[in-house]
Amino acid sequence: MWLDPSNPQLNKNGELHHLLSIEGLPANVLWQILDTARSFVGVTQREVKKVPLLRGKAVFNLFFEPSTRTRTTFEIAAKRLSADVINLAINVSSQTKGESVLDTVANLSAMQADMFIVRHAASGAPYLIARHVAPEIHVINAGDGRHAHPTQGLLDMFTIRHYKENLSNLRVAIVGDILHSRVARSQIHALTTLGCPEIRVIGPRTLMPSQVESLGVHVYEDMRQGLKGVDVVMMLRLQSERMQGALLPSAQEFFKYYGLTEDKLALARPDAIVLHPGPMNRGVEIDSSVADGAHSVILPQVTFGIAIRMAVMSILAGN
Amino acid sequence: MPGTPLPDAEELLAALTDQMRSHVGPDCGLIGIHTGGVWLAERLHHALGIKVPLGTLDVSFYRDDYRKIGLHRDVKPSQLPFDVEGRHLVLVDDVLYTGRTIRAALNELFDYGRPASIRLAALVDRGGRELPIAPQFVGAAITLAPGQSVELQRAGSGRLALVLHEA
Repeated sequence: MWLDPSNPQLNKNGELHHLLSIEGLPANVLWQILDTARSFVGVTQREVKKVPLLRGKAVFNLFFEPSTRTRTTFEIAAKRLSADVINLAINVSSQTKGESVLDTVANLSAMQADMFIVRHAASGAPYLIARHVAPEIHVINAGDGRHAHPTQGLLDMFTIRHYKENLSNLRVAIVGDILHSRVARSQIHALTTLGCPEIRVIGPRTLMPSQVESLGVHVYEDMRQGLKGVDVVMMLRLQSERMQGALLPSAQEFFKYYGLTEDKLALARPDAIVLHPGPMNRGVEIDSSVADGAHSVILPQVTFGIAIRMAVMSILAGN
Repeated sequence: MPGTPLPDAEELLAALTDQMRSHVGPDCGLIGIHTGGVWLAERLHHALGIKVPLGTLDVSFYRDDYRKIGLHRDVKPSQLPFDVEGRHLVLVDDVLYTGRTIRAALNELFDYGRPASIRLAALVDRGGRELPIAPQFVGAAITLAPGQSVELQRAGSGRLALVLHEA
């Protein structure tokens, strides 16, 4: 299998072979995933929520970092495609990281794995695995370090498109810890590739990557300013460990300035939707009344996430 | 190799409608297979005065050539806005050939429930079956040379036409 060294995700026909990052993927590949996912939403609403596409395939959930929700939605998606799913939660001991990852993968490949879903605390780990697996094996990045979480970015795009239909006339705000967020990075690349004209990132300077403007986004430190007239508000999860690193004074203070409350949301457009990748810290980045309110599409995101993961797996396994 | 000229799709549809009229009641579920079959089913649904909303099927998730050629691009959602369980169904497709599309459609339908019966209507039957599948209603049987294929197209006016492709 010939893979483009500059973009190891695509095969020689420009088709998706691994899904490692949204960055570098052409718009037509993203649209294909989004369109296909739309058909899978129908499947998940039927009496029999299964299709036979991946019958006889072995999908390994390889989680080097704990995750319940993402792992579960990948597992459900694979099962609804009739694949056999094997879940592995692996504790990495930091000193043997590089070597042990490849050893693990080599062992699992010897068990006739067809697809690896990889979550790892180190940015780039799924690339390392993708470079070393046999050519018929597909790798999906389920979140690597601060780098990327492409299926989350895609399901967010699916959700926006579901409620707003067209992405090319939207003003979108991403709020919170942009610096440490692989979700934010995937969202920005997806929005840019799909033609969203105005992307705003909102957060304190300490949680903003330097040169973030080079990604084509507008930076706001003042949340009220940033939310004015937006169609979509994408909240990020605040990792509690950031609080200890002196990046933030306290959860209470973060909530005061960057928590999404009803009065701040009132500055957005009246038909604005609110997204959150979960799990939520109520009262830290989002107020309960907003999380459960009329603008929230947080639970539909979870449902759409299964359809997106079904779409990605069935496109990869067929290429 | 010039074969016999293709028949007129509108005439075939009229003939198909006449055949089905006394056999397909208003409570039957009519299901078009994307894309040509959906165009035909829309017309038949209207002409036969069927009360049940029209169903559409995209069999991409059930095709047996997935492992060879991958997932079809441009998959459309399947929509069956009625209960399949216990209902008499008619599948509508434009060109009946190997029968593999119909096999995929049957598998998909049974994931929605257990219908009372399923019949098959096709605008043209070009022979060449690879599975034991036969239509109950057919506009015309045609013969094509090897390498030729026929496709249903719909003009902006809604008019249907058959088009011949050479390999």
